[in-house]
Amino acid sequence: MKLIKAIVKPFKLEAVKDALTAVGIAGMTVSEVKGFGRQKGHIEVYRGSEYSIDFRPKSLIEIVVDDDTLEAALQAITRSAHTGKIGDGKIFVLPVEQSIRIRTDETDSESL
Amino acid sequence: MKKISRLLTLLLLLSAPGFLTAQESSPAAAAAAAAVELTPALNSGDTAWMIVATALVLFMTLPGLAFFYSGLVRSKNVLSILVQCFAMAGVMTLLWVIYGYSLAFTDGGSLQSWIGGLDQLFLKGVTVDSLSGTIPESVFVTFQMTFAIITPALIVGAFAERIKFTAMLLFSVLWFTFSYLPICHMAWGGEGALFHHWGVMDFAGGTVVHINAGIAGLVTCIMLGKRRGYPGAQMRPHNLPFTVMGAGMLWVGWFGFNAGSQLAADGTAGMAMLVTQISTATAATVWMIIEIIKHGKVSALGVATGAVAGLVAITPACGVTGPMGAILLGAVSAIICFISATYLKQNFNYDDSLDVFGVHGVGGIVGAVLTAVCAADFMGGVGLDQGVTVGSQMWAQTLSVLVTIAWSGGVSIVAFFFVDKLIGARISQDAEDTGLDIAEHEEQGYDII
Repeated sequence: MKLIKAIVKPFKLEAVKDALTAVGIAGMTVSEVKGFGRQKGHIEVYRGSEYSIDFRPKSLIEIVVDDDTLEAALQAITRSAHTGKIGDGKIFVLPVEQSIRIRTDETDSESL
Repeated sequence: MKKISRLLTLLLLLSAPGFLTAQESSPAAAAAAAAVELTPALNSGDTAWMIVATALVLFMTLPGLAFFYSGLVRSKNVLSILVQCFAMAGVMTLLWVIYGYSLAFTDGGSLQSWIGGLDQLFLKGVTVDSLSGTIPESVFVTFQMTFAIITPALIVGAFAERIKFTAMLLFSVLWFTFSYLPICHMAWGGEGALFHHWGVMDFAGGTVVHINAGIAGLVTCIMLGKRRGYPGAQMRPHNLPFTVMGAGMLWVGWFGFNAGSQLAADGTAGMAMLVTQISTATAATVWMIIEIIKHGKVSALGVATGAVAGLVAITPACGVTGPMGAILLGAVSAIICFISATYLKQNFNYDDSLDVFGVHGVGGIVGAVLTAVCAADFMGGVGLDQGVTVGSQMWAQTLSVLVTIAWSGGVSIVAFFFVDKLIGARISQDAEDTGLDIAEHEEQGYDII
């Protein structure tokens, strides 16, 4: 099993969710984060005081998938989150040791 | 016999009107009629308006100012501002009715120039029927009370995010007693009061409220020191919708503040309302223009601050200026307040967190001095007194400004020093990092995560 962490632009969240459900991914966890990479921040001005805001808002999607679903999931995310402009985001894949469904005690592949 | 009696009756009837008119024009009757006119009677129109005006002014503090200020601080300090405003309303109400009203508005005998007396301690003499002009005295007491509440509440913005709550309370009590009350008396204490003696025009409190609070704000923010990390990216307003909403409440409430200062529902009150609107709108528009020139963009905070700058400047002038004077006041105030809230603060490097001095202090000074010009006939004002020139009126205005600055500044320095030595004014570094809401109030404003 693999944990996919995908950081995408917030307005792309719906599109990514739709693309993932289309390839059979049944659930996901989303958080609102901020960060930066090569995308620069912006300037805000309050009563003449300039603030350089480096962090940009992003959405972080976390899903755990079976090894055989991994490729399809990664492609779904990449295609739906892509705009071609700086700041599209990144995807990280991590190994998962265990997975449990709390309601039924199912483990690993059955719990996904 | 019958003919004589008929003739007599006829004569009597004919002279009856003569009796009636004689009755009406007798000296005693005339005096009685005049006496009724001289003694003011309760005017229900005036009273109704003043009750509403009082509510409007209180609304300016609760929650107008509370929102205006709290939106400008960081989210970890949002409650501290709200609590300070509400606490101020509670405490100042009590002080006002115990001794404030008396010291502000009664005759001070030998000290009448500076302060009133103790004749109406605990509101002695204020009954259901006692009048102040054409309105119940109870209404006048409450109306003026709302001024006594909002003025110290304004200062809150200068030491936001780093003052100890108890220190704020203690300082405010001292400042109210030794600065607000005397200046209020000097301006509005009637015959013999200093500003009255000088012929100063301060209709709704340019000196009493704005310069008074503005200077106290400047002094305390310098003595308290800057917020940790100021100026830095972490100090942006956390909720500008609050701030703009608060500014809206201030704008509307200010009609009570300015038009209500006429203490009557009449033409002067109507004109005061009109010029208040004009000055505010002009200032907001001019601030927008300045922002477009400087930054290419209009900001929400800018339009809200500009409006407040206009409101502050028209405050001393609203009863004596005409519409065109209001345009001048609004425009000048916006320009000068913009400079003082931006360049001045940055160049002199003091942390007047919410621009109490920058907008209220400076705007108040601009308004107070320019009142002399705007009141003049050629500006469409009500006209200056006999024998008074614009120059001499401006000098009187300037004197009142200087006295207010010196008095408020002096009291603030002493009061702050005393409070700081007694209980310490500033919160600890840890508390400042955690935020006042948790550190001073053990509460969290928002429960988002």
